[in-house]
Amino acid sequence: MITVENLTKRYGGFTAVDDISFEVRPGSVVGFLGPNGAGKSTAMRMMTGLTPATSGRATILGQTYRELHNPGRQVGVMLDASAQHPGRTGREVLRVAAVSVGVSRSRVEEVLTLVGLTDEEAGRRVRNYSLGMRQRLGIAAALLGEPQVLILDEPANGLDPQGIHWMRGLLRRFADGGGTVLLSSHLLHEVQIVADDLVMIGRGRIVAMGSKEELLSRGGTTVNSTDNARLAGLLEQADVPVSRTGSGLVVDAEPGVVGRIAAEERVVLLELRSGGSEGLEEMFLGLTAATSREGDAA
Amino acid sequence: MSTPTTTAPAVGGSDTHPRPTPLQGRPGVPFSRTLQAELRKMVDTRAGRWMVIVMAAVAAIILAAFLIWGPAEDASFRSLLELSTLPLAMLLPVLGIMAATAEWTQRTGLVTFTLEPRRGRVVLAKALAALVLAAVVLVVAVAASAVANIAGGTGEWDLTAAVGGGVLLALLIYVLQGVAFGLLFLNTPVAIVSVLVLPTIWSIATMAVSSLEEAGRWLNLDSVMQPLFAGEMAGQDWAQLATASGVWVLLPLVVGTWRVLTREVK
Repeated sequence: MITVENLTKRYGGFTAVDDISFEVRPGSVVGFLGPNGAGKSTAMRMMTGLTPATSGRATILGQTYRELHNPGRQVGVMLDASAQHPGRTGREVLRVAAVSVGVSRSRVEEVLTLVGLTDEEAGRRVRNYSLGMRQRLGIAAALLGEPQVLILDEPANGLDPQGIHWMRGLLRRFADGGGTVLLSSHLLHEVQIVADDLVMIGRGRIVAMGSKEELLSRGGTTVNSTDNARLAGLLEQADVPVSRTGSGLVVDAEPGVVGRIAAEERVVLLELRSGGSEGLEEMFLGLTAATSREGDAA
Repeated sequence: MSTPTTTAPAVGGSDTHPRPTPLQGRPGVPFSRTLQAELRKMVDTRAGRWMVIVMAAVAAIILAAFLIWGPAEDASFRSLLELSTLPLAMLLPVLGIMAATAEWTQRTGLVTFTLEPRRGRVVLAKALAALVLAAVVLVVAVAASAVANIAGGTGEWDLTAAVGGGVLLALLIYVLQGVAFGLLFLNTPVAIVSVLVLPTIWSIATMAVSSLEEAGRWLNLDSVMQPLFAGEMAGQDWAQLATASGVWVLLPLVVGTWRVLTREVK
């Protein structure tokens, strides 16, 4: 169980993570989805005590990370698969961690088998690992202490399609056993395969959250006007849920409802259409376009 | 510990799964395991292992060279030991630096500091591990000197407790200085250059500028170590050793530890 409450991180004038709240319940694989620079990694580092939060808090199993007894036995963490000493062999990386976590050497061999690293591969230095192998090693390290919670930053990055499906199976079994998984990704299609529920983040804020099916089939209405801020305020006054995307607003109501409010309050609409079944994809592309350097080209 | 109720919206899963409870116990992991892991990390990489091998090899080569070409009448146990520890005084700080900086230059801190979030204990474990390794290297040097003495020395066993203890203390201070500079800069090349160059610049400055001469006597780590190596420490020597160590070891150690405790691990 991972609980994030009003978590915020500011660097000077820049807000990397802006007041996010959610709770990942046991038995779930939740994808933390957002474009590069959306604040996913910063949020995960705050959950694991590596980055102090400006305000708000994150707890795991009801305790802050620093309060956890032997965190390695409770939370499996992989924040960057490539952050390994290149001069150690894969097996040695796990043995050092095993000393600290307090598990046996046979457990090291167990997790190596579990992530599909062969004996020969485990004896190679990490320097010579492909990104996919580093990901598997990172997952092995996360699973070492038989934790109840997994926090994985971009675990599917560098895996081939087969590897991504393998990861889905692995994480699904982990969750079915009562485990809690939060994994991040900047690729919608990747996270669609691996996760069942999504928390979508853009420019530090949560823009959508819910089960994959719910989000993917979400009707909604896309609207764009000359004064989106005012329109959003009006819609909220009328108790219509609104979320902002890069290119306008996504409203959880029929286009007619939005149109009527806009007409009554004389807001000039530039675009008004049903979001359709591609609501999530559109929203994600909108976010990506607004935050990426390619801008409209994305 | 009670689970506080939260207003955060739930995502995924269901309430059918029982709410998991955290393991009972004190925060973090026992210190002995952190120390064991840090000790292992110092010698399980190629760079770490080669540092130890190179230190042993250089000491052995110097001993052999002295026995072959050096004045035979000077080859007593004590002078052999002094010779073999000379390169150690230079190389041990590097070992300490590598221990302190690896978490940041190789970014392994992401793993280390999630397994033990209390970073101060990791720093302490690193310092202790470096001291243990320095002591082991010194034991090897003592053994090599003893062998050299039997093989080609005068056979004279003239090592006093003062000299032995002095050499041990001096080497421990040097390795701790390495750890301190490593923590201070968190960057291996910068720390190595600083440890080798800054004291030299300081000692040149104290020789060149007469007003610094008195300060140099108190704040030059290499010169205050000389009576320590020689086993001739007197009252004022201890005070000078304390001041120089304070500036060159304790101060960077404190600032560096503070940096590690407060720095964001990325």
